Formats: sequence, C-alpha cells, structure tokens
Amino acid sequence: MSEEQALQLEDTEKLEVEETGAERTRDRLAFVPRVDIYETDEAITVVADLPGVDENSIDITLEKNVLTLNAYVEPEEPEGFDLAYAEYRVGDYQRAFTLSDQIDQEGIEATVNAGVLRLYLPKITEAKRRKIAITPG
Amino acid sequence: MFMRPYGSWRSTRREMENLRREMNRLFTEWPRQARWFPAPEYPAMNVWTKDDVTVVTAELPGINPEDIDISVEDGTMVLKGNREPDETPENTVYHRRERKCGSFSRTFRLPFRVDADKVQASFAKGVLSITLPRAEADKPKKITIKSA
Repeated sequence: MSEEQALQLEDTEKLEVEETGAERTRDRLAFVPRVDIYETDEAITVVADLPGVDENSIDITLEKNVLTLNAYVEPEEPEGFDLAYAEYRVGDYQRAFTLSDQIDQEGIEATVNAGVLRLYLPKITEAKRRKIAITPG
Repeated sequence: MFMRPYGSWRSTRREMENLRREMNRLFTEWPRQARWFPAPEYPAMNVWTKDDVTVVTAELPGINPEDIDISVEDGTMVLKGNREPDETPENTVYHRRERKCGSFSRTFRLPFRVDADKVQASFAKGVLSITLPRAEADKPKKITIKSA
C-alpha cells in the first residue's frame, strides 16, 4: 500500500492559522499542524506533527464535542548566534476538531514522541449504550 | 520573439533589477520572522551563524534519529533520511491524510569547510540541530606586514 516515494517540497510549507472568530491573545505566529486521522472499529486516532513540542507545552481541551489542540513552541535560538538563512518559521500550533457523539470522552489518551502527538479516542462500546425501553402509559 | 519598438533588452533587465531590489528592501524592513525563503527541497532548514560556528536546524517530526544520515565532506553537507509510515491495523479508514512519509535527501553548501570529526548533531522534540565548527585549516590567517 505504501510506495517508496520522496517527500515533496510542499510538505515543508506551514499553513498559518486564519483568525476567524476568537482571536489569539499570544503575540506569536500560529500554524495549523498537519494531522492524520484514521478510524478503526474501536477507536479514532489523530496523529499530529508538532515539531518543537513536548508533553509540557500542549493543551488539549474537550468542550461540548469540540477537541482543541493548542501547542506552544518556545523558539530555540542558539545563544549569541545570528539567523543567517531561514526556510521555516517557528510558531505555535492550533487546530480544532468536532467529535461525534460516538467517542468515549473518559477514555481519551494522548502521547507525544519526537514532536508527534498521538490522540487515541476510543469509541463507545456496545456495553455502554443503553437501550431505553418505552413503557406504554 | 517580438522586437520591442521602444527600449532594449537592457532597459527591461534594469526594470527587473529595480523590482528585485524593491522586493528585497520590502522584506528586509519587516520583522525578522518575515524574511524567510521557500525551501528548495524537503526538509526546510534554518541556518544560524556565529564567528566560526554554524548551526543548522531542521524540523523532522516523527523521524527516528537512527533513520537520519548526516554526512559532511569539505564544504557540503548531505542530510538523508526516511520517515516510516505509521503502523495501522487492518480495516482502517482514513479521514485525513496530511502527513507524508517517504525518503528525503538534501545537499547543503556550507559557508566554510568543516572538520567532519567535530560536527555534532542532536535531535530533540522533532527538531534536528547540527553544529558545524569551522575547520582549523580553513580559518583565515592573519598576515603581518613587515616594515622594510
């Protein structure tokens, strides 16, 4: 299924966040991280590329079925150096998703490794679903 | 090929030079973050310099440091690597697929010759940082002027 292919140029470009609705209060640039979302029978997994981020600098909030990712990146500028040439910019990351009701919100897990965030969103299993009986009356 | 009735190739070129100078000026007056160039190849790299040391940083999230291959030869550095796709079980349905996988190779001219033994590289949080000190033989030698 996966062919051997080279990573292309457009993979380096970062997309800036468009400020619609609520503005960001931080003064830094914000980018939209690239994510992969895939779904199996048991869970939905969201994998996001967040270089420069570790587990202390991510905020994941879930409110009324909207999952918001906010990652803060401190610029790692080497001491005393001048930036001679730049091909990428450094900034925060922000992206929000609307989840369906099928997600078991208690069981959400997140791990961060080498700048990649993996969010594991389990689906509600049959045992948790209750069938509501209708009584005639 | 059209023959322009007014002006010549040189005046067209002068206009292009002016335009280029204007664009350069436009960019250098902006804050530093805005002065960036599109990368010719993956990955995008930033170069920091200080005296005789160059630091090159690249964002390579999700790549195993063992899959990255850095080689330095005189004044060129070659950065090669491979990003493995995620292991997904059977019956997986993709809703979004934005992260790409594959191999990359980038050659980079350095501003000075580098001693390959002294190069250090570190990889943290998905950002690769390579420190390249200038080779001793390449440092400019001060020439004293003898008064005759």
